[in-house]
Amino acid sequence: MTTAVEPSVKAEETRQTKEPVHRRNRSGGAKFRHRLRRDWPLLLMVAPVIVLLGVFHYFPTLGNVIAFQDYSPYTGIRGSDFVGFANFQRMFSEPAFWRAVANTLSITVVQLAFFFPIPIGLALLLNSVLSAKIRNVIQGIVYLPHFFSWVLVVSLFQQMIGGAGLLSQTLREHGHSAIDLMTKPDTFILLVTAQAVWKDAGWGMIVFLAALSTISPELYESAAADGANRWRRLWHITLPGLRPVIVLLLILRLGDALTVGFEQFILQRSAVGGNAAEVLDTFVYYQGLLAGDFGYGAAAGLFKGVVGLVLVLVANRFAHMVGEQGVYSRS
Amino acid sequence: MTTRAVWEEEPTIVDRLTKPLVLTLIALAVAFPLYVVVVTSLSSTEAVTRAGGLVVVPRELTIAAYVQLLSGGVVTRALVISVLITLVGTAFSLGITVLAAYGLSRPGSLFHRPLLFVVLLTFLFGPGIIPSYLLVNSLGLIDHYASLILPAAISAFNLIVMRSFFMGIPGELIDSARIDGAGDLSILRRIVLPLSKAVVAVVGLFYAVGYWNAFFNALLYINDNSKWPLQMVLRTYIVQQQALPTGAGGVSTGVGLGLQPAPGLAIKMAIVVIAILPVLLVYPFIQRHFTKGVIIGAVKG
Repeated sequence: MTTAVEPSVKAEETRQTKEPVHRRNRSGGAKFRHRLRRDWPLLLMVAPVIVLLGVFHYFPTLGNVIAFQDYSPYTGIRGSDFVGFANFQRMFSEPAFWRAVANTLSITVVQLAFFFPIPIGLALLLNSVLSAKIRNVIQGIVYLPHFFSWVLVVSLFQQMIGGAGLLSQTLREHGHSAIDLMTKPDTFILLVTAQAVWKDAGWGMIVFLAALSTISPELYESAAADGANRWRRLWHITLPGLRPVIVLLLILRLGDALTVGFEQFILQRSAVGGNAAEVLDTFVYYQGLLAGDFGYGAAAGLFKGVVGLVLVLVANRFAHMVGEQGVYSRS
Repeated sequence: MTTRAVWEEEPTIVDRLTKPLVLTLIALAVAFPLYVVVVTSLSSTEAVTRAGGLVVVPRELTIAAYVQLLSGGVVTRALVISVLITLVGTAFSLGITVLAAYGLSRPGSLFHRPLLFVVLLTFLFGPGIIPSYLLVNSLGLIDHYASLILPAAISAFNLIVMRSFFMGIPGELIDSARIDGAGDLSILRRIVLPLSKAVVAVVGLFYAVGYWNAFFNALLYINDNSKWPLQMVLRTYIVQQQALPTGAGGVSTGVGLGLQPAPGLAIKMAIVVIAILPVLLVYPFIQRHFTKGVIIGAVKG
C-alpha cells in the first residue's frame, strides 16, 4: 500500500495546463487527436465492460427478432422465416398467457400493499430507538436475509411451514392435522409476499434510514415548540422528508410491475401448480425454453420487456408532472 | 446511549413495552429458522426421531452429517465448484468494474458521455431469457463454467456506485499526481484505490454473494449434474425433496469413520447450513460499510 501523493502547489492549475497554450483555434480533428492521446488509457480501461455488455446484453437484445419468426434452432436466425406478428396473435388468444399476466399483476399489487410500506415502518421504528447499540444489532439481523439465495429462503420456509415442517410437526403433536402452506394455490400470493418481506424488507429499510438522517432535528424541535405532538410531527415533517425517496421507489416498482422475480417462482411453480404460480417469467421459461418453442417464448419475453420500458418512462414522466425528481431528468 | 431531546415527550408505558417486543419479534423472525436448521443439522438419529422431525431443543449433538457430506460425493463437489466460481467470478467482475468505474470517472474525457449512456441504458431493458440462452448456446458455453460467470459478470448498479465514489475523490489529488508524471493506471492504483477500500469491499461482497447464490443461470446452462453448483444441489434435494444419491459419487455413509450414520433430515439441514455459512462468515466484515455504499448508489444512481 502506498500513501497518497501530497497535493502540490501546482494543483491549483488544473487539467487545462496540460493543453499547450501556444496553439489557439485548433481544428476539431486536431482537438480529437489531442484528447485521444490524453485519454486512451481511460478508454482501454472501459473497454472490457463495454465488450461484455455488447456481447451479453446488447447483442442478445437484437436476438429478440426471433419473436417475429418461426424460429428453428437448426436453421438459426438467418435461416428462419419471418411470420410477422403470428407469435403475438397466438399468445394473445391463449388463456394461459393472460393468466400469467393476471397472476403477475396481482402479485405486484399485493406486494405494493403489503410489502412496500413495511421498510418505511421499520425505518421509522428503528429511527426512534435511542440506543445506537440496539440499532446496529437489529440492522445487522434484518439486512442478513437479503444475502440469502432464493433457494435457501424457499428451503427455510418449507422447513418452517411446509407439510413436513415445524408448524405441521407441532400441530400433529397436539392432535391436529398437518397443514402444508407451501403447496396451497389459494394462499400462494400471500406466501410469496411473506417470503419477499422476510428476505428484503430489512434491506429496503436502508434507503429510508438514509433519508431520515438528512431531516434536520431543528425542524422537529421548532415543531414541538409550536405544540405539534409526535403524530403531527410525523405527518408534517417526517413524511414530507421521505416523499422523494418513496416516489422514486414507487416508480421503480411500477416500472417492474411485470417482473416479480424469476427464481422464487421457478422454484415453487411445480409444487403449487401453474394456475396460481405461473407468472410472465415462468411462462417464458416453460413455453419457450422447456417446450423448445423459442420464437413464441421470445415474443412473450419481448412483450414483457417493452411494456416494462413504457411503464418506467410513463411513471417517470408522471413523477416530473407532480414535481418530484424521478429516476432520471433531462439534463 | 444517546439521550432523548429536551423537547420530546416522555414515552408512555405502552411505548416502553411494545417497542422492545416488536424489535425482538423481528429479530426472532430472522434468527429462529436459522437456529432450528443449525440444531437439526447437528442432531443424532435418536434426537430427530424423538422430535418427530426438526429439533428445537438441542440434545446429543454430533457432527456426523457434516463428516458424511464433506468426505467426498455430490455435496463436496458442488461446494468446491461454488467456491471456485465465486472466487474467480468475483475477482474478474471486481477487476473490470474498478477499471471501468475509474475510466468513466474523469469528467470531460473522450467519449465519456456516450460510454456512460451505454452502461446506463442496460438498466432500462434486458435481453430476455430466450435470446440469452440462444447466445450462450451458440457460443458453445452450455455445460461450461464460463456460462456461470460471463453473462452475469457486470452489474451496472455496482459500476455506477463505484464510479460515484471515485468521482467524490478530490480532483486536486489526481491532477497533482498527473503533473508529477503519474499515468492513469498508477493514479488508480496509488491514489484512488487506497481511498476507496470501503466501496471496493461492499461491491466485492455484492458480486461474491451474487455468484454464490446464483441458481437460475445454472438451471439454464448447466445440464450435466456433475457440474452443478451448490444452489442446484440445494434445490434438487431440499426444495424438490429428491433422494440424495448414496454410495459412489453420492454421500458416503460415514460408517468407516466409526460414526453412526446421520439421519436424512440432519443431512438435509447440513446442506442448508453449508450453503449459508460462507455468507455468514463474510457478512460481519462488510456490514458496517453498507449504508455508505448503498446510499451513494441510491442517491446518485
